[in-house]
Amino acid sequence: MVKVIICVIAYLVLAPFVGGILAGLDRKISARMQGRVGPPILQPFYDVLKLTEKENITVNRVQDFYVMCFFIFVLVTGGLFFAGENLLLVMFTLTLASVFLIIAAFSSNSPYSEVGAERELLQMLAYEPMVLITCVGFYMFTGSFQVGQIMLSTQMPLPYLIGLFIGFVFILTIKFRKSPFDLSMSHHAHQELVAGLKTEFSGKTLALVEAAHWYENVFLLGMVFLFFVNGQWWGYVIGAVVCLGTYFLEILIDNSFARMKWQVAINSAWIVALVLGTVNLFMLLFI
Amino acid sequence: MSTIIFLIGFPFIVALALLVLKTDTARDIIVKVASIVIIAASILLVVQNFKSGGEYFSVKYAETIGTVMMVVEVCLALMVVILGFKYKRYGAPLFAVIQTPLMIWFELTKGHHINVSNQMYIDRLSMIMVLIIGIVGSLITVYAIGYMKDFQHHQKEGVPDRRPWFFFLMFLFLSAMFGLVMSNNLIWMYFFWEITSLCSFFLIGFNGLFHKKENEDTIATRNAFRALVMNLAGGLGFVIGIILLGTYYETLELSTMITIGAMGYSVVAPAAFLAFAGITKAAQMPFNSWLLGAMVAPTPTSALLHSSTMVKAGVFIIIKLAPVLGWNFAGLMVMMVGGITFLMASFCAISQTNAKKVLAYSTVANLGLIVACGGVGSAEAVWAGIMLIIFHAVTKSLLFLCVGTAEHQIGSRDIEDMDGLFERLPKLAAFMLIGIAGMFLAPFGMLISKWATMVAFVDSSNILLVVIICFGSAATAFYWTKWMGKLSATMAGQENIQKNVHGEETFVHTVLSALTVIVCLGFPFISSSMVVPYLEDGFGSVETLALSANNMIIDCIMVAVLVLLFAFFFGRTNKKIVPLYMAGYNMGDDLTFMNAMKGETPVSLRNWYMESYFGETKMNVIGVACTAVCIVAALGVIVGQILGGGM
Repeated sequence: MVKVIICVIAYLVLAPFVGGILAGLDRKISARMQGRVGPPILQPFYDVLKLTEKENITVNRVQDFYVMCFFIFVLVTGGLFFAGENLLLVMFTLTLASVFLIIAAFSSNSPYSEVGAERELLQMLAYEPMVLITCVGFYMFTGSFQVGQIMLSTQMPLPYLIGLFIGFVFILTIKFRKSPFDLSMSHHAHQELVAGLKTEFSGKTLALVEAAHWYENVFLLGMVFLFFVNGQWWGYVIGAVVCLGTYFLEILIDNSFARMKWQVAINSAWIVALVLGTVNLFMLLFI
Repeated sequence: MSTIIFLIGFPFIVALALLVLKTDTARDIIVKVASIVIIAASILLVVQNFKSGGEYFSVKYAETIGTVMMVVEVCLALMVVILGFKYKRYGAPLFAVIQTPLMIWFELTKGHHINVSNQMYIDRLSMIMVLIIGIVGSLITVYAIGYMKDFQHHQKEGVPDRRPWFFFLMFLFLSAMFGLVMSNNLIWMYFFWEITSLCSFFLIGFNGLFHKKENEDTIATRNAFRALVMNLAGGLGFVIGIILLGTYYETLELSTMITIGAMGYSVVAPAAFLAFAGITKAAQMPFNSWLLGAMVAPTPTSALLHSSTMVKAGVFIIIKLAPVLGWNFAGLMVMMVGGITFLMASFCAISQTNAKKVLAYSTVANLGLIVACGGVGSAEAVWAGIMLIIFHAVTKSLLFLCVGTAEHQIGSRDIEDMDGLFERLPKLAAFMLIGIAGMFLAPFGMLISKWATMVAFVDSSNILLVVIICFGSAATAFYWTKWMGKLSATMAGQENIQKNVHGEETFVHTVLSALTVIVCLGFPFISSSMVVPYLEDGFGSVETLALSANNMIIDCIMVAVLVLLFAFFFGRTNKKIVPLYMAGYNMGDDLTFMNAMKGETPVSLRNWYMESYFGETKMNVIGVACTAVCIVAALGVIVGQILGGGM
């Protein structure tokens, strides 16, 4: 019980720092890939702090509420995950959080926000099957949906869940909002989208969205880590290294692809889930 | 025992009274009082049997009652034949002419010698059903008072007031449903089964049958006959199931059939045909079109058919049969039909703009999930199925009644016309939001059940169903969220018309919304006091549930947190409200922008429907083809076994 509380508090306190530094590294590495110097590593923190000092404005009376709920439930998602709770419950809570963000964008009734919201929904439609299939895979391999139980596994899940791992990393591109699938919003302004989903968020509200994104990223990397636990210290090391490697891979993908049409996002994500996910699950039946 | 008879008899008497008394005041009073009495009696029945867990009854004068039922069945069959010829639709008469004589022949010859010791029963599953029918069903009739006043008001001059007929059917329906969920004698159950088919036929045809010009072919008439044909086909399946059971197993009791199955003897053949009847009534593909056609009727009809009656009778029998389904041909047929229907109907719902159609497809999809749970037949799956029945009844009735009111107030049932509903009908929009959240979001009921369903499917090693549910729930989240988005869009300059809504309607909305939340908070109790004991009776011990107690508690806490968040923080801000960003060309009212010709263009935002991916026709063709193959193959094998003497 004490361990659980420490894990949750550690997540709530440390995740924004880790997430923020990862975001800073992201910008630095991206800049180097493009032959620029890039901002300091701590730039994301400066940006968010600056946002909190902006004038208090909003477009309606409900939007901030929805964004607050989004933030809270992203924290709950990560909290449940690091508390070792049920993996499906964690994913369903993440969906709840995403729905709040989407509703926040819809509530503005602004053209750019709404286009972003619709595309975010589409992204959810694209990645959700793979995420759920991954959870089922962990259950079939370890016999439990509880993250705490999965962590006790003495056999590294990766070789048995290799299809699910590739599929999950694939949809991480969508979840991290990276090109080619940064359809609903991105860090770069796009002509037809402005800032998409985030168009009508400003000041502290926008800062919350950024911070939630950091929390979410750390949680997602936690999922990647889960593929490598085997009860040994070197399993943890490999896990941590692969997490960083995955993040680097996503940055590389981000910089080497142009944004694609939404059809590509849903087609590819569903095909990956259907082929890799289903085949891997059937394999697990016979292991 | 007396409470059971009261529950079946009282709504019937009320129905007759409503047919005779034609003034508004009398109807208002009778419906309201009757609803209170029915709700009270349902609760009383549960309280009486709560401790003992129910019992089986033999009914006095069973012989006489049986004869009366037979006579009524013949009269109804004659009526179907006459109506069929009158409206030149010959499918329904054909089925009536086949099944009624078949049934009567069996009852008079073979069936006559089979001793039925317990005609009626009450167990925990019937108690749950009685509560659903009693509470949700009665609330819908109360809602109908206000709704039907508006409905009559919207009718053209000179159209006769046929509300007595409407309310007669509603209450008759409740009476038949009570009978259906408490009959142990399958012949009695069949009688109530056919009554519900006919009631829904008349309710669907309400706008067409009898009152348009003679023999006129209206949509209502057409859809009513389609519903009747499909349900009579199911009825024929029911009859065959009964005959097989009587001929090969010498019993007509549902409980005996389940016991025989539990003892290891195969009762696959009768189970398959009874399940087939359940599939038609639960509007599974390939029979889903009758339920979609049912939306031509006044909204309370849809609410009643979709939530507490009719389709729930279909899934009720499948859940009841679950212990004898599983990995056999009957079980495979049921789980595949349910699974495919869930997936295809969920996809269909994405491409619909008509709110009632979205609700209808969502019903078909969720029933598919329940049917699949029944087919899988493990204790875990049945737990999930029963939970789905409970949550779905409450939430779906709320949503239908909300859409009904919206339709009368804004003059449209199109989701695209619902933008800014929070400004126009704030209360209604809030109710609708609760309903939608209840249908697919954590931590609300339907999601909990879906979660349990998923675990049950994995545990039964049914990978195909697992994959289906993963894709299906992604689709479900998609169509509900975009509807939610439409509702919650804030639009400037809208007039608040909430005051035009009838008091009864708002009352029922409030109660159902409250129930949606309360059921979510109370489901661990429902599970431990009703569902788990029921499963222990049927399946022996129930070792593991899909959801641990810990998960249930976390879930309840989340519900409470959400409610509190909304209660304390929703809509409060002290920030300055500024205009929207429209690339610098917002005219200042957030509703128009300056176009390239310096003129003003109103902003108009539309949702995605992805017709090319999830077009209705395409999905239906695929779904109907796949499910039809499953049914034909499974029933074919079973008939082959019977004919080959392999029984």
